[in-house]
Amino acid sequence: MKYARKALATIALPGLAFFSALFVSGLLIAFSDPKVLKLAHSPLKFIGGAFAAAGKAYLALFEGALYDPNLAHPNFFDGFYPLSETLVSAAPLILTGLSVALAFRAGLFNIGAQGQFIFGAIGASLVGFKTTLPIGIHVIAAIVTAMVFAGLWGGIVGLLKARTGAHEVIVTIMLNYVASYFLLWLLSTTAFLRKGRLDPIAPPVKESARLPHLAGPNLRVNLGIIIALVAAAGVWWLLNRSTWGFRFRAVGANAAAAKTAGISVPLVTTLVMTIAGALAGLGGAVQILGSEYALTAGAGGSFGFDAITVALLGRANPIGTVFAAFLFGGLRAGGLTMQANTDTPIDLILVIQALVVLFIAAPALVKAVFRIKQLKVGSGVVSKGWNG
Amino acid sequence: MKYGASPRGLAPYFFAELRFQGRFLCMSLELRAVTKRFGTFVANDAIDLKVEDGEIHAILGENGAGKSTLMNVVYGLLQPDAGTILVDGREIKISGPADALAAGIGMVHQHFMLIPVFTVAENIVLGHEATNKLGILELATAKDEIRRVSKEFNFDVDPDAFVEDLPVGIQQRVEIIRALIYDAKVLILDEPTAVLTPQETDELLRNMKILRDKGTSIVFITHKLREVQEAADKITVIRRGKVVGNPPVTASQEELASLMVGRPVALDVYKKANTAGPVVLSVKNLNIHDVTGRRLVKNVSFDVHEGEILAVAGVQGNGQSELAKAIVGLEEFMDGSIVLGGKDITTWSVHDTLYAGIAYVPEDREHDGLISSFSVAENLILDTFDTPPYAKGPILSPNIVAREAELRVKEFDVRLQSVQDSAASLSGGNKQKVVLARELSRPVKLVVASQPTRGLDVGSIEFVHQRIIAERDSGKAVLIFSTELDEVSDLADRIAVMYRGEIIAMVAATTSREDLGLLMAGVHPEGKRA
Repeated sequence: MKYARKALATIALPGLAFFSALFVSGLLIAFSDPKVLKLAHSPLKFIGGAFAAAGKAYLALFEGALYDPNLAHPNFFDGFYPLSETLVSAAPLILTGLSVALAFRAGLFNIGAQGQFIFGAIGASLVGFKTTLPIGIHVIAAIVTAMVFAGLWGGIVGLLKARTGAHEVIVTIMLNYVASYFLLWLLSTTAFLRKGRLDPIAPPVKESARLPHLAGPNLRVNLGIIIALVAAAGVWWLLNRSTWGFRFRAVGANAAAAKTAGISVPLVTTLVMTIAGALAGLGGAVQILGSEYALTAGAGGSFGFDAITVALLGRANPIGTVFAAFLFGGLRAGGLTMQANTDTPIDLILVIQALVVLFIAAPALVKAVFRIKQLKVGSGVVSKGWNG
Repeated sequence: MKYGASPRGLAPYFFAELRFQGRFLCMSLELRAVTKRFGTFVANDAIDLKVEDGEIHAILGENGAGKSTLMNVVYGLLQPDAGTILVDGREIKISGPADALAAGIGMVHQHFMLIPVFTVAENIVLGHEATNKLGILELATAKDEIRRVSKEFNFDVDPDAFVEDLPVGIQQRVEIIRALIYDAKVLILDEPTAVLTPQETDELLRNMKILRDKGTSIVFITHKLREVQEAADKITVIRRGKVVGNPPVTASQEELASLMVGRPVALDVYKKANTAGPVVLSVKNLNIHDVTGRRLVKNVSFDVHEGEILAVAGVQGNGQSELAKAIVGLEEFMDGSIVLGGKDITTWSVHDTLYAGIAYVPEDREHDGLISSFSVAENLILDTFDTPPYAKGPILSPNIVAREAELRVKEFDVRLQSVQDSAASLSGGNKQKVVLARELSRPVKLVVASQPTRGLDVGSIEFVHQRIIAERDSGKAVLIFSTELDEVSDLADRIAVMYRGEIIAMVAATTSREDLGLLMAGVHPEGKRA
């Protein structure tokens, strides 16, 4: 009972923020639909039309994210194709989200998951297509390489902050650019560019380095989602049950008190950024080895940036991050179907995502709209200002 | 308009005639059944208070008793849930500080509302700036006015001085002058002596009496008994949001304290004679700089022995904080040597100095002592979380952490509902007990406590003092840093006085308050400047 209430208090803000975002986006769908606007002469029809338009769009979104009955003939299970797509999108989001969430808990704002993700993708791709190793070992080697590359890339940030006080936000933003352009350059070298291709794409990773599918060859869902869930459990354990997590949380919640109690803040900063980098890099590996199979200039997508939203929505909690990543994975997968079936542009998904962040960042707004006095805000998500 | 009168219709402050009319028109302030709630917590419960004109009315109460809340209601910073405020018998509505000022109520906050890089005159005209025809700030009239008030009350304030260059006592006078210039007839002083040296305190009390004699009523909020006895004409004691009595000014300190706390209190610290042993801590030629290279501590040397309490007295900001931090390894830029039990720990990390046997009670317990979002149990192991029994290798044992926390909490009499409550939910006294419980649970040779009772209630002060003396009696060396003369005299076996980063005197515990006060101001009692 006590736990139930605690859980409810924790999800109240993100939940309400999400529904507020859906509501506002619903208005946007209705008002941008010419068919609805034509009904403006009759208020009743107008309202009905608006509801219908928004309802149709959201239904398509749902079908595209979870289960599509139109695909269920002749095989019932084929209807789960959208769910499989959702999980494929969610896996890298969980991992990059964990990267940002872990850093948050240590008081660091890791904007650099994008760059770390790219370095992970590079590492996984390199081992995946360059080396020949036995099945099983090949996958593990590719994943470990990805985590080492990205861990070092993140660790640089931590080291710079620990040694010189350089703010991690600025450093990570800059390193994101470096990573993107490094990837572009890499794909123009003979070592990486696929033979016979002019567009930036690397050779595909070998079969032995790919993550196995979980539900047959028709569905893309693969071991990546399991890896992501295990990583989430690992981060939860690290934060809540290990001495290192205690250090991380102590520094995140009050660095001055942690320092006074003898905890080395520079060491924690460096270590946390290294682990955060490795997590984002694991996300890059899952993306390359699980669904993309080949490194391209756009390999990073926006996984590292969406991760910030995911971590915020998940309140910097590993479990919350998993749910938030599922939600965002669903929005990504469902957005495509929504665009195809209802003319609602996929950009609306970005609007929903942006509104979620807006409502979470302004809890007073949600409080005022829903008239909730005691809304638990802020705990967990802490990041220091520029002087921190 | 030539002069930038306030948009809220306040009389332009430099109309001297107006002001002086105001000054001699005395005023009474009355509160009837004022109630203020925060959620379910009743901060002020039907408080009645009457401040007659020309009196110093002391409001005495512990931290958290509701004194500041009450005054914030009077000053319009908070709105009461019930009750009325009357000025000269007429009910008025105060919805903000502007209304309060217009009604003749001025307030000097505990934390000054001054802009350090502005001059005195600029600070005083802030919000009521006058400009000349070209729209350029015009300060001459304001400066004249400041000089006049300053002279009238013998305040000695230069309107052209920059606030950041002024001692705290003078900054406070600037605040008082501001209130007077804006025509305050009732002046609320919120814990005005908390930041002052003993000499400055005496001067303030003298000035308060002068103000009273010239017709300004003063509401004097404090928890210091001695000051109440010295200055007050009337006393109202508040406990847990309620008025619990109006003792006569002749009441003894014990009577006042027990009324304030709600039970008999032993004000005198009982202390056996000490038997000092060998040297535990030896500091030699220690210099500390800040990042810019400014020297904060200059060539300090002293020893602390087993079984003795050395108290470092001094006004806030004379290098004591830095000295305390340096001993545990929290200062970066320093030279000299710090030797603990024969080992040179000068360059050791905080972790290592703590484990070498130093218990450290930081000056700012909210900021450095505790992690307020962490549970009490977690706060109790901030230093030892990675050692058995709390951890096996890298694995924490939450059950053992909680079990040990229960024991500590009992031993140190921390009042709470559960050790899983966040530290933020505790009162100041209980927070300090958590810090003490943590620091004294390691094997300790030396206790370093900075301002160990700042902001605590009488009951907690009693506990902390007894605990510190118990540590001394069990043979540990104790080094305390304090700005409170009473605390220094009560606890110390020897007293070091710090002034501008130097230890200017090492004196016996029996040194008189007056001499200590002079030393803290940098003056040797024989009259020589230190």
